[in-house]
Amino acid sequence: MTVNDLVEKFALQTAAGEKGLDRLVKSGYCGDLLSDVMANAPEGCVWLTIQSHQNIIAVAVLREMACIIITGGHTPDADAIDKAGKEGIPLLLWPGSAYTLAGSIYTAGIK
Amino acid sequence: MTAFKKSFNIKKRDFVRAGEASINVQNILKSLNMDHKLIRRIAICGYESEMNVVMHGGDGILTVEINTGKIILDIEDNGDGIENIELAMQKGYSTATEEHREMGFGAGMGLPNMKANSDILSVESEKGKGTQVHMEFNVSAD
Ligand SMILES: Nc1ncnc2c1ncn2[C@@H]1O[C@H](COP(=O)(O)OP(=O)(O)OP(=O)(O)O)[C@@H](O)[C@H]1O
Ligand SMILES: [Mg+2]
Repeated sequence: MTVNDLVEKFALQTAAGEKGLDRLVKSGYCGDLLSDVMANAPEGCVWLTIQSHQNIIAVAVLREMACIIITGGHTPDADAIDKAGKEGIPLLLWPGSAYTLAGSIYTAGIK
Repeated sequence: MTAFKKSFNIKKRDFVRAGEASINVQNILKSLNMDHKLIRRIAICGYESEMNVVMHGGDGILTVEINTGKIILDIEDNGDGIENIELAMQKGYSTATEEHREMGFGAGMGLPNMKANSDILSVESEKGKGTQVHMEFNVSAD
């Protein structure tokens, strides 16, 4: 499944990083503590978080993630949008809870 | 023999550019086709030490040195220093502000992550004299 497949399947809003939409999604991770995510997020994952500031982009790049989904209706800072575009990391938005979306993505086959 | 050495500036409280030094190091290591797992460990250590300089330290420099048998990361800053290094190394210990915690920092996991992902970690610091972090990563010949 690609990031674009996720966007279409779950009607996610793309805030930035469109050039990374063809990346493969291999697994997932949920977390809002950056040091925990840095230590444990698997490569090629979709990362669900409520953090919406620019530093999440560096975490995604350094962990070689597929994309970030900001959950709970939080909106990204201008700096985050800017950085995501520069690094080509898709920054996606989901208005509902991380729990619901993670369950759906898992059921769709991303384990 | 040092095959390669490069330094990057880190600015105190500059959350906008925070992480760029580590991303640069990651790109250099990738371009040299270094072992993928090793690059991931160095990325963790670079990021955590860089964020500590931005959040807790002063202005600083991150230097990467690539040798045949090992890669070295040195991170120095001219901030207030660490009063009790042993305490700072403990998982969960953090002096992060409320504002930093809201941003997802301050789990007190940075230094423990660096310890777990490097082959050698040394932290030197004195109150008022800044902080020097030195990490080594063995490169296995294969
Ligand atoms: N460069 C530094 N200058 C001054 N104090 C530091 C520095 N690096 C670490 N510290 C001190 O050590 C503590 C522990 O650092 P550590 O990286 O483990 O956790 P943290 O930065 O507080 O939280 P996290 O890394 O999980 O976001 C910090 O809260 C801070 O008090
Ligand atoms: Mg830290």
